[in-house]
Amino acid sequence: MVIEPRETVSVWRAGLAPVWAILASLVICAVLISWAGASIPTAYSLLFKGAFGSAFALNETLTRSIPLIFTGLAVSVAFRAKFYNIGAEGQLYAGALAATFFGTGLVTLPPALMVPFLVIMGALAGGALLIVPVLLKTHLKVDEVVTTLLLNFVVLLVVSYLIEGPWKDPASLGWPQAASIIDEGVLPTLLAKGRLHFGLIIALFMAVIIWLMMRFTVQGYEIRAVGHNSRAAEFSGIKVNRTVIMTAMISGGLAGMAGVSETAGLKGYLTLDLSPGFGYTGIAVAMLAQLNPLAVVPAAIFLSAVYVGADAMSRAVNIPTYIADVLVGVSILAVLCSVMLSQYRIRWRA
Amino acid sequence: MSDFIDILLTAGFWAATIRIVSPLIFGTLGELICERAGVLNLGIEGIMTVGAMSGWMWVYQGGDLWTGVLFAACMGAVFGLLHAVFTVHLGLSQHVTGIGITLFASSLSYFVYRMLLPDATTPPKIVPFQPIAVPWLSDLPIIGEALFTQSALTYLALLVVPMVWYVLFRTPVGLAVRMSGENPVAVEAQGINVLAVRTGAVMVGSAFMAVGGAFITMSWFDAFYFGMINGRGWICVALVIFASWRPGRALLGALLFAGLEAIQVRAQQSAGAFIPYQFFLMLPYVMSILAMIVMARKTKYPQALLVPFRRGERV
Repeated sequence: MVIEPRETVSVWRAGLAPVWAILASLVICAVLISWAGASIPTAYSLLFKGAFGSAFALNETLTRSIPLIFTGLAVSVAFRAKFYNIGAEGQLYAGALAATFFGTGLVTLPPALMVPFLVIMGALAGGALLIVPVLLKTHLKVDEVVTTLLLNFVVLLVVSYLIEGPWKDPASLGWPQAASIIDEGVLPTLLAKGRLHFGLIIALFMAVIIWLMMRFTVQGYEIRAVGHNSRAAEFSGIKVNRTVIMTAMISGGLAGMAGVSETAGLKGYLTLDLSPGFGYTGIAVAMLAQLNPLAVVPAAIFLSAVYVGADAMSRAVNIPTYIADVLVGVSILAVLCSVMLSQYRIRWRA
Repeated sequence: MSDFIDILLTAGFWAATIRIVSPLIFGTLGELICERAGVLNLGIEGIMTVGAMSGWMWVYQGGDLWTGVLFAACMGAVFGLLHAVFTVHLGLSQHVTGIGITLFASSLSYFVYRMLLPDATTPPKIVPFQPIAVPWLSDLPIIGEALFTQSALTYLALLVVPMVWYVLFRTPVGLAVRMSGENPVAVEAQGINVLAVRTGAVMVGSAFMAVGGAFITMSWFDAFYFGMINGRGWICVALVIFASWRPGRALLGALLFAGLEAIQVRAQQSAGAFIPYQFFLMLPYVMSILAMIVMARKTKYPQALLVPFRRGERV
């Protein structure tokens, strides 16, 4: 087997790579669906209806895509610089901790100031969590994947300690949760019905900002240059370490915002089940978007639809909901493959 | 402080340490074999979950314990093959592939568990490996209970360490594996197929990881729970760095961590009143990060770790 680069990569071949990946993932999951004894067309049409079939479903799908847009952006910025931040889950909770710390009565500002204040605090907390891993990478060459992953567990235990101990809401009837975010800090809902909240606007705004930054600013150029070839970037005068640290702060900040948006927008208070793995799903979002900040938005909506639709599907035809997680895992592998096949050709010869 | 010394003197503590160390040994050696061949395997967390689920399920469906371990190892090797096809043959990012494998393997395990046991509310149990007392050695004070009253899988874990060391450092196969991780071009010049060596190493390493997972459901506990691996795989990745890619030091590191976990469980009972239990649970993760910091300056990574090898390509 010989792998050789294609002489030309047509735009449509590159652009369609994620589509092929999604199709491949759906085919692989179809095997599991038929094993569960359901008809594949019925199951997938139930999934589609469950995600987009009614105003309520669409509202839920968009609501769940909000944290995924944030974490997807966080991962795409980091991966662009080949900084493998797998800690978006922990950074999300760090953001949620900041929102709870400042938003439950410590600071009171008018809503127009309170919401941006909480978002900024959450972003700072998310970034702060990455300081240790990024400095270890730049100064001691310690692999950031392992450190960011391990910190996820540490942060979850800190959250668990705080909401069972000092931050426990006395009004929660013994349930481990923190006090509610004060009214000034709550992100308003966007529609009369449903849970869709202002977090979506912030997420879309950030997607555009990050896209502009990556595309049109010196910092964005430096991030991309470091990711492509850090030695070449170093020779051309880019301060590689500084760029990696900046990338990490942006990435952690975006993931932290996801935590603020979930706490102050969706739930209203901090619990341990705030995120069912949004940080990890963010990796699939970023990969499907091929690390393009604007493409993160449809990728997040797609994976959110898979989760929301899978809930409806599993209720109707008795397929374990884990099918959605399987699809997320498969899609990461499938997109790696399809992107490679769009750039390389495989020749079989003896 | 005297509590602490009391803990260290009890045979129960040492017995627990040796018991808890087994999955860490299998996982760390598995990762070590992969990385020695030049492939970072971040699928470890998911592959351990696969091993834990499949070995347990095999026994629950009526198979016997040892074929269950073998089945878990085979499932691990299958996911290892998947990782190898992606990272070795297609040369894709080892980081991203590993994370993808972990997400895929663990969610697939949960899916299969739910498919086969749709109505189980309390996790059903199997009869796990029983402790075997080695004749008269088990009568020795402290060491007897700690070392010679363990289950067969634990004895296997302790035996596997010198075996892996011997194969890696004293046989031609081991030399080929280590060279593939240091200088694949030189391996190819010797007429050895680097891709085949790496694929084999990743499959064997993944089988080890799966057996480590299987130990948790088939010897330590007797049931499969969701989220059971709980970061043990990532701790193993840190332990490999801590061990500078040496099997003997890997055993040492694993013992240190297992001891920490055993102390933690006991200290929770005595000091739990004034230190919240979450801080005890945090210890292994924090220590893993510290271990990597301590070793960072001294470690010599395998030179070709993370570097894909394409035949005929200039380096």
